[in-house]
Amino acid sequence: MKTLNRISPVNRPEKLSIKPLPPKPAAARASEPGAATASARVSDPAEQGQIVEVEQLSLFYGHSQALRDVSIAFPRQQVTALIGPSGCGKSTLLRCLNRMNDLIDDVRTTGSIRVDGQEILDPALDVIELRRKVGMVFQKAVPFAKTIFENVAYGLRIAGVRDRRTLDEAVHKSLQRAGLWDEVKDRLQESALGFSGGQHQRLCIARAIAVHPQIILMDEPCSALDPRSTTRVEDLIGELRSEYTIITVTHNLQQAARISDYTGFLYEGALVEFGPTREVFTRPAKKETEDYLTGRFG
Amino acid sequence: MSEPQLHLAEAPPPPAAAVRPARPARAPLARPRDHFWSRGEPLVWASGGALAVVLLAALGMLAVVLRNGLGVFWPAALAEVTLADGTRLVGVPIEAETNPDNNRRQIQFKTANRELQPSRQDFRWVADDDVLETRYPAELMVLERTSNGDFYGTLHEVRAPDLNVPEDVDPAERLALALEQVAAVRATKLRPVAEQIAAAGDRQQRLQHAIARIAYRKQAATAAGDADADTLAQLDAQRQSLEAQQAEVHDETQRLVARAGRLETSLRENVAVFHDAQALPRTIPLADIVRFYQPNAMGLWAKIDHYLAKLWELLSTQPRESNTEGGLLPMIFGTVTLIFLMAAGCFPLGVLAGIYLGEYARDGWLVRLVRVGVNNLAGIPSIVYGVFGLGFFIYGLGRAVDRWCFPEMLAQGTPVFGTGGVLWASLTLGLLTVPVVIVATEEALRVVPRGIREGSYALGATKLQTLVRVLLPMASPGILTGFILAMARAAGEVAPLMLTGVIKLAPVLPLDGRFPYLHLDRQFMHLGFHIFDLAFQSPNAEASRPMVFVATLLLLLIVLSMSGLAIWCRQRMVKRLRLRMM
Repeated sequence: MKTLNRISPVNRPEKLSIKPLPPKPAAARASEPGAATASARVSDPAEQGQIVEVEQLSLFYGHSQALRDVSIAFPRQQVTALIGPSGCGKSTLLRCLNRMNDLIDDVRTTGSIRVDGQEILDPALDVIELRRKVGMVFQKAVPFAKTIFENVAYGLRIAGVRDRRTLDEAVHKSLQRAGLWDEVKDRLQESALGFSGGQHQRLCIARAIAVHPQIILMDEPCSALDPRSTTRVEDLIGELRSEYTIITVTHNLQQAARISDYTGFLYEGALVEFGPTREVFTRPAKKETEDYLTGRFG
Repeated sequence: MSEPQLHLAEAPPPPAAAVRPARPARAPLARPRDHFWSRGEPLVWASGGALAVVLLAALGMLAVVLRNGLGVFWPAALAEVTLADGTRLVGVPIEAETNPDNNRRQIQFKTANRELQPSRQDFRWVADDDVLETRYPAELMVLERTSNGDFYGTLHEVRAPDLNVPEDVDPAERLALALEQVAAVRATKLRPVAEQIAAAGDRQQRLQHAIARIAYRKQAATAAGDADADTLAQLDAQRQSLEAQQAEVHDETQRLVARAGRLETSLRENVAVFHDAQALPRTIPLADIVRFYQPNAMGLWAKIDHYLAKLWELLSTQPRESNTEGGLLPMIFGTVTLIFLMAAGCFPLGVLAGIYLGEYARDGWLVRLVRVGVNNLAGIPSIVYGVFGLGFFIYGLGRAVDRWCFPEMLAQGTPVFGTGGVLWASLTLGLLTVPVVIVATEEALRVVPRGIREGSYALGATKLQTLVRVLLPMASPGILTGFILAMARAAGEVAPLMLTGVIKLAPVLPLDGRFPYLHLDRQFMHLGFHIFDLAFQSPNAEASRPMVFVATLLLLLIVLSMSGLAIWCRQRMVKRLRLRMM
C-alpha cells in the first residue's frame, strides 16, 4: 500500500515508454543549450540516493484537504521543480519539508517525511535543527531591517556564533556564492532595504546558504522579479546545484524546464507525475500533465 | 521563438468600433442632478470644509494663547490720566467696552497699588467721557514687590542710611544701586542664616522621626507583652538623649531665626519714598522691591532686556504671592518629572503586554474580550483613574508599604506613601496611557510583513530570537508613535492628579540633594493644576489672568517639546534602519 502510488525517478522511464509521443513541446527547445546540459548531468539518481522521502503525505487546513497522499522522493544534489496550477498544493508541500506550516494554526498532517532518513513530522523533532538543515527562500524577498552584513550573519548569530572572524568569513563566502559580493562589498554596513528586488532575492539566498543547509527550498523565487534579475537568480540556482539539493516551486514552465533536473506536477493536492524534467516535458505520462503543459488549463 | 504551450497570441489590430467616436452619444439618463452627485463634489466640499474647521479651531486656540501669553512680560506704556473730577490716575489701559447699563464707553485700567485702593483690587473702570487728558510721563515707574502686587508711581527719594549710595546721581540710578546692595546683603548675610535654619529644620525632622520610631518600638514591645525592663529602660534613655538633642536644635533654631529677624529689620530701614497718582508720599522698604522699571522711558532694547529677564525669572524661580507672581520652576519641574516617571512606568508594561497579546496569546474568545477591554480602557474618563489611584495605590498599596516600612510614621498619623505623592500620580497616569501603548504595540507587530517572520524562522530562529532581533526593531517606530500619543495625553491630564498628589504649593521639589535624591513620596506642583488654581482659586482672579495664559503657553510648550523629543528619537531610529513603510 505504501509504495502503491509512489512514483520515483527510478521506475519512471518504464511506464513512460508505453505512451505515444505527444507533439514535441517546445519547453525543451526554449532552453535548448541548457536542456542539453541538464540532461547530460542527470546521472542515475539511484547512485546519489534520495535526500527527502515523502510518503503518503496528507495535509488538512481545518476541514479542507490541501495534500492528498503525496509520495515523492527528492534526489540528492539535484534541482527539482514542482509545478502545477495555483492552489494545487505545491507551496504547501514545500513548506512541509521544513515544517513552516507549524506557524499556521489548525494544520494537521498525516504520512511521513524523512530527511536524510530522519522522520521530521515527529512532534518531538527539534524544528530549529531541521530548519538549519533545510533552508528556505520565499517568493517575496524581504530582508530584515538590518545591515547587509547582519542580514547574512543572522542565521549564524542566532545559532550562537560570536566570533567576528568566522562571521566575516561566512558573510564573505555566502555573498560571493550568491554572486552579490562585488555589488555590495563596499556597502556591507548599509541597510539591506535600500536595494533592488533582484538583489534582495539574492541576499535572501546568501542569508539561507550562510548557515550551510543541505537543502534549499525555493518558493517561487523569481515570480516577483524582472526578467534580468530572474536570469541572475536562475544562473545562481544552476551554480548552487553542485553543493545543495534545491527544491523549487515555480509557475513559470520555461523556468522549470531551464533550471530543473526533475519535475513534479501536482494537481488538486495530488502528485500526478514526477520524473526527469526532459521526460516530463517531452513525453508526459499523464493526460493532465500534457494538458497543463500545453496550456489547456491552469 | 514560438512555443505551443506558451503561445503568445499576436495582438489583433484594434477593432474599428473601439475607436472613440468624436462625440459620444450621451445617454438620456444623465440628468444634471445625477451628474452633480456622481462627481462626488459635495463630499469633497464637506471633507475639505471639515478639515478647514478643525485647522481653524486649532490655530485659533494657539493664537489666543500666544496673544495673551506672549505679551504679559512686555513693559506696557503707563498712562497718567486726569479725570473730570480733578483726580488723577496712573495705570495701564487694558481694554475698552460699552457699559451695558448706561451705554457709555468705559476703559479698564490696571492701577496696581492694591493696598491703597478701597476695593483692594488692581483694576478700575473709568468712563471714557471722564477722561480729560492722557499723558505718558517718562518718570513714571513700575515696582514689582514681594507682596501686594505692583506699585505705580514716581520716585521721590532713596533713604538708605546703612547703604553706601552716592548722592550725586539721579534718583533712579540711586535706587538701582541701593537695590543691588540690598541683594548683596541678602546673599552674603541673610542667605547663610536661612540655610542654617533649613539645615536645623532638617535635623529637627530627623530627630522627630527617630523619636517616633522609639515610641513605636516601645509601644509595640509593651503591647506584645515581651518587654523586659532593660529594653524599656534602654529605649527611654535613647529617647531622652534624642529629646535633649532636639531641644538643643530648637534653641539654635530660635537663635538663628532671631538673628535673621534682626538682619531683616535693619535691612527694612532702607526705604525709598514714592509719590502715587495723587502725589501722596508712600514709603516702601527696599527689601520689598523685586525690580523696578520706567516703561515710558525704555527703548526697544531695554524692553527686550526686561522681557528676557522676566522670562528667565519665570523659568528659574519659585512663585510668590500665592503663586500669582514670580516663577514657575516647581510646576515645570513637577510636570516634567511626572511625565518621565509615567513613561518609565507605562512604556515597558504596555510594550510587554502588547507583545503577549500580539505574539503569544492564542486567538480565542478570551483574547478577543481582553482586546476589546483594553481598547475601551483608553476611553474611560480620567477622573475614574484618579479615583482608582486614590483607592488602590494610595489607600491600598501606599498604606501597605507604610505598614511594612514606616509603621512608626503611620502610628504618628503622618503616612509616608499612604498619601498622595509623585509616585502614585505617575503610576495612575501610566495606567491611563498603557492601553494606548498596548494597542500600538500589537498593531505595529501585526503590520510587520509575514515574510520577515518566516524568513527568520526558516533560518532556524526561535520565537524569542525572531521577536527580539527582528520584529521589535521593525515595530519600534510604530510603538513609539503610540507612546508619543499616550505621553502627550498624559502630560495634559489634571483631574487624576488632583486625587493622587498634586498640591497648590509644595515646599520642596521631588528631587533634591538629600538622600535618596528622588523623593517619590513627596507631593508636587503641576502646571495643569496651577492653571486651574490661578483661574478659579486665586484671591485676585483678575490680576492672575495673565499668568494663566503664561502657564498655558508653557504647558503647551512642554508637551510639544516632549513629543518633539520622542518624534526626533523615532526619526533617528527610522533613519538608521532606513525603514520604508512596507
